[in-house]
Amino acid sequence: MKWILLILGLSAFLTLSGCKKKAAPAPPPPAPPPPAPTASISVSPNSIQAGQSASLTWQTSNATDVSIDGIGAVQPNGSQSVSPTDSTTYHLVAKGTGGTQEATARLTVTQPPPPPPPPAPTVSDEDLFAQNIKDVYFDYDKSDIRADQQSSLQADVAFLSQHANINLTIEGHCDERGSTDYNLALGDQRASSVKNALTAAGVSSSRIKTISYGKEKPFCTESNEACWQQNRRGHLVYQK
Amino acid sequence: MNDPAGPAARQLPEFFRIAPAIVLFWICALLASPLAAQDWVKTGTSLGVEKVRLAVADFKPATADPQNAALLKTFNDTLWNDLDVSGVVELVSKSFYPLQVPGQPPEVNFLAWNAPPPNAAMLAFGNLGVAGGRLTVQGWLYDVKNIQSPQILGKQYADTASDTAARLMAHKFADEIIFRLGGGIQGIAETQIYFVSDRSGHKEIWAMDYDGSNQHQLTHLGAIVHSPRISPDGSRVAFSALTKTGWEIMMYSLDLNRMVGFPHMGGTNLSPAWSGDGLRLAFSSSRAGDPSIFIADTSGGNLRRMTTDKGPDVSPVWNRKTNAQLAFVSGRTGLPQIYTMEADGTNQQRMTDQGYAVSPNWAPNGQFLTFAWVRKYGPGDPGALDLYLMDIASKQWVQLTHDGGRNDFPSWSPDGRHIVFQSSRSGSLQIWSMLADGTKLQQLTFTGTNEQPNWSWK
Repeated sequence: MKWILLILGLSAFLTLSGCKKKAAPAPPPPAPPPPAPTASISVSPNSIQAGQSASLTWQTSNATDVSIDGIGAVQPNGSQSVSPTDSTTYHLVAKGTGGTQEATARLTVTQPPPPPPPPAPTVSDEDLFAQNIKDVYFDYDKSDIRADQQSSLQADVAFLSQHANINLTIEGHCDERGSTDYNLALGDQRASSVKNALTAAGVSSSRIKTISYGKEKPFCTESNEACWQQNRRGHLVYQK
Repeated sequence: MNDPAGPAARQLPEFFRIAPAIVLFWICALLASPLAAQDWVKTGTSLGVEKVRLAVADFKPATADPQNAALLKTFNDTLWNDLDVSGVVELVSKSFYPLQVPGQPPEVNFLAWNAPPPNAAMLAFGNLGVAGGRLTVQGWLYDVKNIQSPQILGKQYADTASDTAARLMAHKFADEIIFRLGGGIQGIAETQIYFVSDRSGHKEIWAMDYDGSNQHQLTHLGAIVHSPRISPDGSRVAFSALTKTGWEIMMYSLDLNRMVGFPHMGGTNLSPAWSGDGLRLAFSSSRAGDPSIFIADTSGGNLRRMTTDKGPDVSPVWNRKTNAQLAFVSGRTGLPQIYTMEADGTNQQRMTDQGYAVSPNWAPNGQFLTFAWVRKYGPGDPGALDLYLMDIASKQWVQLTHDGGRNDFPSWSPDGRHIVFQSSRSGSLQIWSMLADGTKLQQLTFTGTNEQPNWSWK
């Protein structure tokens, strides 16, 4: 028994110490590989409009077989004018004894801007109102319609007759001169004056509200006649 | 409150009782001169008469309470200002006063006051003290030329100690002095002024004491409001406001501190005016088309149209003495002019002959109108908007303001001696007050834009 134990112990010792002592054999030095090919490709400019052309340029080395997808085999170095109709990725493959190298260049092709679309067939009533309606201006301390304001009123009547669904508010405004209460009454008269002119021309009075702002909400705040004239008005406002 | 002197039994000089007559006299004298329009004439009690020289000694502290100093300053400043702007007395400059001023009757050194330099005829003095949170003020008015029987007035006031109480006591004491020395004039020191201010960001109704103190906001409508008018009993403010449907007359209750109902009239409704008996309201309305004067009862019922001319009619005001006439503004002939009519709409009379005349206000005595007028109006004639006083019977007038800016919205004090108005003379629209002869100008507001003042009836 002692014997067996001794053998086992000895063999274990030998096994363990053998593992420790075994040295890996040095690998043989590798043969120098053939040089790997290099490749690069670029396109200039990298964005064109359809119909224009761009210059594609590439360089390779250590390659025996150079090709570009979509163009075919090409010289190891070169350039070429391209004029694709759609965006294209140029994929260069350079093969040599040392391996294969790839490179890509992207040319973006934009479509020329389309012709402006035809105007939208419908414009909101509010926009039409703003485009067609004209305010009515007054003389100082007056609320009767001036002769030179008749054309504005006619334009307003024409528009409102064609757009019977549109309701409006007429705001009466005054310039900064004069007293507050009197200006509010004057503004009321100006708004009524415009309303009366519209209704006399056939616009239903139920479509028209009036309000006076007197000198509370001026359009222009300078103290001169040009500014005051801006503020002496019947202002027609689209009623939502 | 007691009155150690009993009712004032002194005979007062006749000239204190004839202030309105003096104003009228000077209007007439003025109009007799062809140069009338160019003259700066001061009318009123300051002309041809000598006012009582009144010395007002700073009240003395009666206790050692730390609150005394601040309350004494409030009291002394308020009393001095009330007496100064009253126009009834000539205040003796404090630089003439003896070093020792009295706080009690035994401390009065008559010779130090009744001889030059102070040369005062009257002396107001007293003391103020806080004890246990109670403020007590004792005040006297002495005729310092009458050493045997000097006391005209002796008053004692007591209330919880506060700045407001000190101010109120000064107002009450000032009113007593003005009543005695002004020949029975009811003082205005406790009156209120209602006005429009935009300092909250919107034009709202505000109120303040007559001297500009205690300014506070009443309405919070977030809209535009105009022309507040306090009711004769002081319980409600009527005004016009821009609502969703346009300008409507609205009512604010000072008893309830909130809006109370008034019917919407439709059209543009402006410038409400209370009759002196508080029973009717006149205003301008375009509910029937043209802006016209309407009269309703104060709940909006019994609405009647008073004017039917073409052209805007606005800014009615009642003759509060009779409640039988109104003045108003009409643009029936072009530029706005002042008119009067009977309360039933008859007898419409034009008062101003030219220019641009607005914002009439009827003097409490019924005899005068004050209004804003650009007397010569037109291209190349840039007249100023100034305040004028017109004798209604004769249509003769005098100019009250001369000092630049646009002056508008005059409103009489209840004693008929002061006018509050709006003016742009300081560079922005602010509220000013003056004696009705144009003197004693005082700016009352300074923050934001403040306009359209209306003086309470009592």
